[in-house]
Amino acid sequence: MSKGDGIYPEDLRYTKEHEWLEVRGNVATVGITQYAQAELGDIVYVELPQAGAAIVAGEPFGTVESVKAVSELFAPTSGTVAEVNAGLAQSPDQVNKDPYGEGWMIRITMADPGEADALMTAAQYRKYVEDEAN
Amino acid sequence: METRNLRAPEKLLFEISRPGRRGFEPPAMDIPDPGRYDLDPRHVRDDIEGFPELSEVDVVRHYTRLSRLNYAIDLGLYPLGSCTMKYNPKVNEKVARLAGFADAHPQLPEAMAQGNLRLMWQLEKALCAICGMDRFTLQPAAGAQGEQTAILMARAYHRDRGRARDVVLIPDSAHGTNPASAHVAGYRVEQIASNDRGCVDLGALRRRVSEDVAVLMLTNPNTLGVFEGEIEEVARALHDKGALLYMDGANLNAFVGQARPGDMGVDVHHLNLHKTFSTPHGGGGPGAGPVGVRKALEPYLPVPMVEAGGDRLRLDYDRPKSIGKMRSFFGNFGMFVRAYAFMLAHGPAGLKRMSETAVLNANYIRRRLEGTYHLPYASPTLHEVVFSDKDLEATGVRTLDVAKRLMDYGFHPPTIYFPLIVKGALMIEPTESESREELDAFCDAMLAIDAEARRDPELVRTAPHTTPIRRLDETTAARNPVLRWTPEKQG
Amino acid sequence: MSSSHRYIPQSEDERAAMLGAVGAAGIEDLFASIPERLRLRKPLDVPGPLAEMDLVTWMTACAADNRLPDPGAQFLGAGAYRHFAPALVDHLISRTEFYSSYTPYQPEISQGTLQAVFEYQTLIGQLTGLPIANASMYEGASTLAEAVLMAERVTPRGRVVVSDGVHPEYLRVVRTYVANTEIAVDTFGARPDGSADPQAARQALETKASALVIQHPNFLGCLEDVEAMAAAAQKAKAVLIVVVNEPVSLGLLKAPGSQGAAIVLGEGQGLGVPLSYGGPFLGFLAAGPAYLRQMPGRLIGEARDVDGRRGYVLTLATREQHIRRDKATSNICTNEGLCALTAAIFMAALGKRGLMDLARQNHARAAYARERIAAAKGCTLPHAAPFFNEFVVRLPIAAGEAVEALAAKGIAAGVPLARYFPERDRDLLITVTEMNPRAEIDRLAAELGRLA
Repeated sequence: MSKGDGIYPEDLRYTKEHEWLEVRGNVATVGITQYAQAELGDIVYVELPQAGAAIVAGEPFGTVESVKAVSELFAPTSGTVAEVNAGLAQSPDQVNKDPYGEGWMIRITMADPGEADALMTAAQYRKYVEDEAN
Repeated sequence: METRNLRAPEKLLFEISRPGRRGFEPPAMDIPDPGRYDLDPRHVRDDIEGFPELSEVDVVRHYTRLSRLNYAIDLGLYPLGSCTMKYNPKVNEKVARLAGFADAHPQLPEAMAQGNLRLMWQLEKALCAICGMDRFTLQPAAGAQGEQTAILMARAYHRDRGRARDVVLIPDSAHGTNPASAHVAGYRVEQIASNDRGCVDLGALRRRVSEDVAVLMLTNPNTLGVFEGEIEEVARALHDKGALLYMDGANLNAFVGQARPGDMGVDVHHLNLHKTFSTPHGGGGPGAGPVGVRKALEPYLPVPMVEAGGDRLRLDYDRPKSIGKMRSFFGNFGMFVRAYAFMLAHGPAGLKRMSETAVLNANYIRRRLEGTYHLPYASPTLHEVVFSDKDLEATGVRTLDVAKRLMDYGFHPPTIYFPLIVKGALMIEPTESESREELDAFCDAMLAIDAEARRDPELVRTAPHTTPIRRLDETTAARNPVLRWTPEKQG
Repeated sequence: MSSSHRYIPQSEDERAAMLGAVGAAGIEDLFASIPERLRLRKPLDVPGPLAEMDLVTWMTACAADNRLPDPGAQFLGAGAYRHFAPALVDHLISRTEFYSSYTPYQPEISQGTLQAVFEYQTLIGQLTGLPIANASMYEGASTLAEAVLMAERVTPRGRVVVSDGVHPEYLRVVRTYVANTEIAVDTFGARPDGSADPQAARQALETKASALVIQHPNFLGCLEDVEAMAAAAQKAKAVLIVVVNEPVSLGLLKAPGSQGAAIVLGEGQGLGVPLSYGGPFLGFLAAGPAYLRQMPGRLIGEARDVDGRRGYVLTLATREQHIRRDKATSNICTNEGLCALTAAIFMAALGKRGLMDLARQNHARAAYARERIAAAKGCTLPHAAPFFNEFVVRLPIAAGEAVEALAAKGIAAGVPLARYFPERDRDLLITVTEMNPRAEIDRLAAELGRLA
């Protein structure tokens, strides 16, 4: 997958920092988008918080590293970390191969499920990415 | 054809090791009955597991073969921007090994080390003269440690005046050690923007400077090789608000003998003996990063300083406002000898010629390449020039590939992807050590690679082809770090 | 002098041609970007130029202004150790491919340096008993400061507890480094036998700390009870950091990593790096896997190239300043690469047997010296703890005076403790290595006996 392929599942929400959010009830799953993983290149390490940690919308909650770059991961919403994808410790490459599936990073018990509505839709994010590329 | 010992990969020490081989005997034991002194076995290790057992022949062959896998400045140009890879004079290696220098223990009573103290004293004086500063500490072991020393002194300076400033301003074009050093010294780092000439935006600085700013860290010439022409105004803007101007002197080779930081309003700056003053890079050090100060910062210098008293030089530890100590003993003395020898060999006229030639050489490269490679900033070039891969975009060949292909032409690549304000930066600094032929050979290679990128991009993107090893899978190396040999591993 | 300098390959004619090629009327044009008021219009006030022969003459005279003690009659330690390096060490590091090469950022043409330092990382790991060692730091004291910062990053407690047996300069450097952090540095004292007091350590650890720091052998030359200290640290959920000043001691003493130390670091100069009046030296740092991502300094890892060949590369660079900038684990960039190579070659040349024999000989000579000096008139031994190759002697007169008197006879008798601890004015720290022959040890004992 390269940047230009523009795969942005319709049922997700997106942030300006290239994270995606999937909401089921009051639990949100978070990862980085296909655009982000293409920008970063081969992911070598993902640093994530512990279960139970507090998450504040807009604040960094971890980092994702390629060989030559580090990027912070920004929280799309506020809440508490319910679950962390332990598989990424062994296989950080899942973020590249399957950013919306096996590459998920954390699940948050949301403080306010309504916060997700303020985020971009797939169509809005696609436009955002296209604008950024130009 | 792979000729054994000329190009073949080299095994690890531990793979060459054979039980029972010896490379060394300690001197004859002339102490009577040494067995009586054996330590209680509960303190004693019975083995150093995995440690190699080799004969002297094995060791010499191993390292000799390894050395042949390296490029080095004595083989040809290293056009690394901001590294100032110049010639390392051989006489410097010889004098650094004089017994009086090399065998001098740092705990020698001062009366027995007057020669060494004199060398440090004279080096300090020479640096003050070259830079227009009042005193220099020779203690920092490298440029980054020099930066950290300077920032700690700035903090002490402000604290002494009852000011709790907590911000250091750093341009977005700065070397990574700048924000890292400021952070390590306990400051919050804020970026200050560059203008369209690649220099510090004076307006932005004036708007930002206030009572919470401790220092601005400025590299001059900046990482684009451009002189910060408004540096005096920058200094004024800072001083008006009680802040200090620190200059990163990594690029000093551009103007030694032409101008001095002390005249520009700089309060404190570092420089690199392993850059401007030719001490060898050693494959990653040792270096030395002396720091010069104006009078106002003198009280905060680390201890000890060399002082004259009567007919002798001494080490002065009685400095109540000193920030303390950055490292044990006095500094990388062996590099002081080499740097001072370099200065003596040049004298004032030679040092001036050094910077003139460095700047001329960089401009020559700019002329030859600017029609072909994209030049992001048109500002006048001093000792280094920055290009980018923008004009190669359509070919799919990037800066990294150009760098790798240069190795097939027998050159070390320039600095790549730095400064960060230029996407795909190629930062080229030839220094004064290069002849016209070498510069032309380098430029010819760069032009050839550009042509290859358009004609046969795959060739460039899979380079290098002729080096002892080709592109390495750095991703796997980072995902599954193997940082040492272990016995179970097979080669 | 001729206008073309011997290190600058450009004649006057060539200069003129190149100026023409860049479209400059003269050299002045190239500096037009420097404001006129900043331009220096007089020559620099520095000496020279000297032709090479004159330079050698000058330097030889300068070096001769030092009055080094008689060979074999130097008994100095306290942070730097005189050992004999076989000729092959200097020969190999004098190969220009090693000393004049740059940091190995382009691995394809730097495999010599990269593999040699990978081997160095392994050797340090084997010596210290810990799996991960970095590619070098500046020297022992700043390495301790970095280790303290690292321990605090992993378990932030805002406090470390340090034995007062750690080299006083090291302690001073730590305090300088942590001055602008929230990290408190508290010390604890020694037992009468000269070793750090585990009971005092336990007490000091009653307030939470991230690390307990000891030096082994300590500044007075005494061996510490590493296992007791490890237990004290573990009980307080802190880590044990062991500092080593004399790396040859690791050829005899148990690896601190095998005794419960989480981090082992120190001064590698004793492994064949010249004394050179205090630098360049070599900081080494080793730790367990928990510290991998927090380790400062460069790390070299194994990798495969596109043809499947094994090679070596700088790795995990995202910890470092050039990528993480203000969030880096350290600001260190240039380190002590050639000194790490020196130490690696020394360790390879000595090998397992050579290093263990060397260490044993150091201890035997020091023990002999201590015995002879203790028997000298007026001399006593204030510390009963075991030692490696350094020990303290109490003299009948001020140690500073004794040192001066013996210096006049060409003997560097030791380091007066008063240099660091003013109240200990009759105490002298004596270091003995394989470079002190029996005759000189006997002479030292005789001279010290004459002081009473």
